[in-house]
Amino acid sequence: MLEIEDLSLQIGTTPILDRVSLSVEPGQILGIVGESGSGKSLTALSAMQLLPEGSSASGSIRFDGRELLNADDVEMQALRGDDLAMIFQEPMTALNPVHSIGDQIAEGITLHTGSDRGQARQLAADMMQRVGLPVDQFPLSRFPHELSGGQRQRVMIAMACALRPKVLIADEPTTALDVTLQAQILHLLRELVEENDMGLVLISHDLAVVAEMTDELVVMRDGIIVDRGPTGTVLRTIEHPYTARLAKASTHIPVRNKPPVLSETSRQQGTAPLVSGRSLVREYRTRRQSLFRAGKPFRAVNNVNIDIYPGQTMGLVGESGCGKSTLARLILALDVPTAGTIEFDGTNLTAASEEQLQIARKNIQVVFQDPFASFNPRHKVERLVAEPLFLEPDITPEQKRDRVVGSLEEVGLSASALEKYPHQFSGGQRQRLAIARALITRPALIVADEPVSALDVSIRAQVLDLLAELRERLGLAYLFISHDLSVVRALCDEVMVMEAGEIVERGIVSEIFDNPRSEAAIQLVNATPDLARALENRQTEN
Amino acid sequence: MINFLQTALGNRSFATGFIITCIVVFMAALSFIWTPYDVTDLDIAAKLKPPSASHWLGTDHFGRDIFSMIMVGARNSIAVALVAVVIGVGFGVPLGCWAAARGGLIDEGLMRGNDVIFAFPALLSAVMITAVFGPGAINAIIAIGIFNIPVFARLSRGAALSLWPRDFILAARAAGKSKARITVEHIVPNMANLLIVQSTIAFALGIIQEAGLAYVGLGTQPPLPSWGKMLNEAQTMMSFAPHMAIVPGLAIVITVLGLNLLGDGLRDVLDPRLTRKRD
Amino acid sequence: MLAFFLRKLIWAIATLAVASVLVFAALEIVPGDPAEVMLGINATDDAIAALRESLGLNKPVLERYISWLGGMLVGDFGQSYTYSVSVRELVADRITISLPLALLSLLISTLIAIPVGLYAAAKRGSLADTGIMALTQIGIAIPNFWFALLLVYFLAIWLQLVPAGGFPGWDAGFWVALKSLLLPSLSLALPQAAILSRVTRSALLETMGEDYIRTARAKGLSRRATLWHHALRNALIPVLTILGLQFAYLLAGTIIIENVFYLPGLGRLVFQAISLRDLIVVESVVMMLVATIIIINLVVDLAYLWVDPRLRNRSP
Repeated sequence: MLEIEDLSLQIGTTPILDRVSLSVEPGQILGIVGESGSGKSLTALSAMQLLPEGSSASGSIRFDGRELLNADDVEMQALRGDDLAMIFQEPMTALNPVHSIGDQIAEGITLHTGSDRGQARQLAADMMQRVGLPVDQFPLSRFPHELSGGQRQRVMIAMACALRPKVLIADEPTTALDVTLQAQILHLLRELVEENDMGLVLISHDLAVVAEMTDELVVMRDGIIVDRGPTGTVLRTIEHPYTARLAKASTHIPVRNKPPVLSETSRQQGTAPLVSGRSLVREYRTRRQSLFRAGKPFRAVNNVNIDIYPGQTMGLVGESGCGKSTLARLILALDVPTAGTIEFDGTNLTAASEEQLQIARKNIQVVFQDPFASFNPRHKVERLVAEPLFLEPDITPEQKRDRVVGSLEEVGLSASALEKYPHQFSGGQRQRLAIARALITRPALIVADEPVSALDVSIRAQVLDLLAELRERLGLAYLFISHDLSVVRALCDEVMVMEAGEIVERGIVSEIFDNPRSEAAIQLVNATPDLARALENRQTEN
Repeated sequence: MINFLQTALGNRSFATGFIITCIVVFMAALSFIWTPYDVTDLDIAAKLKPPSASHWLGTDHFGRDIFSMIMVGARNSIAVALVAVVIGVGFGVPLGCWAAARGGLIDEGLMRGNDVIFAFPALLSAVMITAVFGPGAINAIIAIGIFNIPVFARLSRGAALSLWPRDFILAARAAGKSKARITVEHIVPNMANLLIVQSTIAFALGIIQEAGLAYVGLGTQPPLPSWGKMLNEAQTMMSFAPHMAIVPGLAIVITVLGLNLLGDGLRDVLDPRLTRKRD
Repeated sequence: MLAFFLRKLIWAIATLAVASVLVFAALEIVPGDPAEVMLGINATDDAIAALRESLGLNKPVLERYISWLGGMLVGDFGQSYTYSVSVRELVADRITISLPLALLSLLISTLIAIPVGLYAAAKRGSLADTGIMALTQIGIAIPNFWFALLLVYFLAIWLQLVPAGGFPGWDAGFWVALKSLLLPSLSLALPQAAILSRVTRSALLETMGEDYIRTARAKGLSRRATLWHHALRNALIPVLTILGLQFAYLLAGTIIIENVFYLPGLGRLVFQAISLRDLIVVESVVMMLVATIIIINLVVDLAYLWVDPRLRNRSP
């Protein structure tokens, strides 16, 4: 149906794609998997002829026998949204905020079928029903801002599938969503493929997702297809070294030489917890409901008890908005709890003097998710990494520099980095810099808020190794926040599952994930794509 | 700095604007030590002469040399507009940063205060001030300067608000740095580009506003020449001495155009998005 | 939606109240006695005392402020000292020139700027776009009163197409009166149109880079259709903001332009009042103009409601 042959692409003078060939048939799901910069999204945009300005493509893209590469605008417009449709990664920005969702779905219908407004809206309503947004709850007059991310992605799917396209291209459709929503959306897509005998091109960075979803698979790297074949075969035999690397990295588990630190054992041994939060509550005021009525306070963190022992790696998982980041901010003393106490090493932080706070701050450092946003772009590495040393005012410039170099070496960087700016480093290196900055005060605890979520799998594995190694060498404790259960399983000793501000389940990682009891944990575990499980299921299918 | 100029001069807007601005500033500076004629010299015999070899841009109704008056007028325009920008930046940026750092009621209050000042265009403030204190160049500076305060306060508040939730600011807070210190170390340097661009624009606007005030008699007073004042005097003589109106107007247009081009060029050169692309 | 409107309305009233305090306070800080300032140095003590009495200067500040404010609310602006008529009559007469002038300028500037901005954005990078942008760059640099002088010189003095100035009054017929406002409003509108068309163009180009534009294209809409149906309305949000600010400039601009064209509007009135030191008139006119600006900004806020549904309600 859609056939790409020897597609090469340049943007300006930069080569992006090199002789890419792939095809998808009706009712088939083709996966394109690769790390960032592999050219998987631009392959899709080539098929839609929606490439950025200054691109030049060669080769051939045939759709239903017609050549698209030199098709004119009118021809492409007739095709787009009718027989060939596409959905995108970011549901929050992909819908026009000033038009109602009904109008946005109906727009394409009227455009392609020439049907009147009434008919188009009727079809739009039917589609909404189909994607799980019944119109009695989600009237067509709703605007995008009144819907959640998952609901918006459903609207996108309704829009793309309203005219039963022959091929749908989905570019990372679930990357911005929580795992439970991801599972729902993927399920919906699979159903639509079967119902409409539609071809689906699913682009993803996640091997587990494509392993669960696709029939055929191509693996891309640096604009080249390096591996291809039926998904089961490709992922089971793993012949190509790059595919092997990807698979290994996405299931990578760092070595743990010392035994895990468990709360139960520590308590029995009489070790005092490093950080101990009791009955923590954090409320936020919400928008006033009217001039005279204040909004109901929103409890982001509700009655949470937390203990982290020296050397322990504590995982914290939950869906976005469940309060994990707020809890982290409370422990970092960036935010003050509405009720409850936090003790660090026996000092009550909520009632501490600035001096006592400084000691605690030296001992609790932080690593954030986005390595691009965590550094002031105008400062050099020496100053950036030294920032927490502000807590030790007596230090001389020489000592400061030595400490920075020491820290850089701990994370595998060298003194040559001192004079560079953050933008001169790759994402993975920047995350190492962030860890170096956290290490410089010799902390006892590092709060890591989704530290590897923004990284490609191979880099992710390296950073996880580094975190594991530092933990053993320096006796660090981690509060490791993630929405990705596989990473938590790989690194953490114990885990807490959070839902709607409360901790609903806690315990040893393997026990919780193999045998979840709370509703939230069960949902999380079931929704998380798992490469091994997916391949197992395939085995039984075949 | 030299590196920066080299890159920046590759930008056509910046290069043009930079050259025009340099020429205007040079003329204004030169007027302190040399002008073709003394601007207080009245030469009634040579009045209303169109441009010629002896008077490059002609003479006015008192026979004064217009070119010399333009040079001295540039001094006045630059001084008024510059001080007005300094007032705007000096009060506006700290206020905006403070509002962003504190949030809540202080933020709300300051922004509402801004709205009030926005309802007083420079001309209305100048009318009030003149009615109370009498006319003069200082009034013009104060009136334009006051109007610049909310402009810079809004801009720096918006920029600061978008910076505060960034991870590198959180990291600084986790290190225990105070909000004031973070503002000085991280917030202000990261909005410097925006402020520079806005300053050139406010500067250009200030020159137009100053001319307007002088034109209606609320700004610089005679005998000091000012471009707006010259236009006012030219008005009744339009039909027989159009050069008297055309020349000062062109001086304003060229100066403002130069500053605007400089601002546009700076925006392109300093835009972090473009910078990032280059790496 | 109602809550949004009410909040804006309350803020507008609060802004007005603060502005009135500022205007009133300005007169309070007149160095020396306002009555003396108004009468000049040759006035007799009796005359000053009489004026003090009639201005109510002997009463306490708060009482005077309240009576001034209360008076204005019911349309009583007090008595002009120099014209010996009520300020209300004076202002009512003049505002029939200034307000139409400002509104006409706003209309012309919008009618020119938005199509021009749309056209330039649609043809981005073309010769026409470059030309338009160069022209607007110059347009921004032109002071409106100088542009007015040039228009008078070329159209009225050289070509004698239109009267050079003056105003026959609305009694002389609507079209005749409107014609004499044409040059003044053009000279106000064109430099503003230059700014507005640049804002329109850049707002459009910015929205054209948004994800939802790509969605619309993926739906099969042509570039042109996406510009009209998806980009324009989103781009109107920043354009509206600028429009609100521009009205303040235009209203202030009328004061200057009236002097170029010898129009007997509020601008002329205020300058005569300043030279005659008739502070009551100055105070009233400034207050009226400020109030108009605040009201127009309220209207702009309501226009946001129409453009941006995100402001209408916030229920998730």
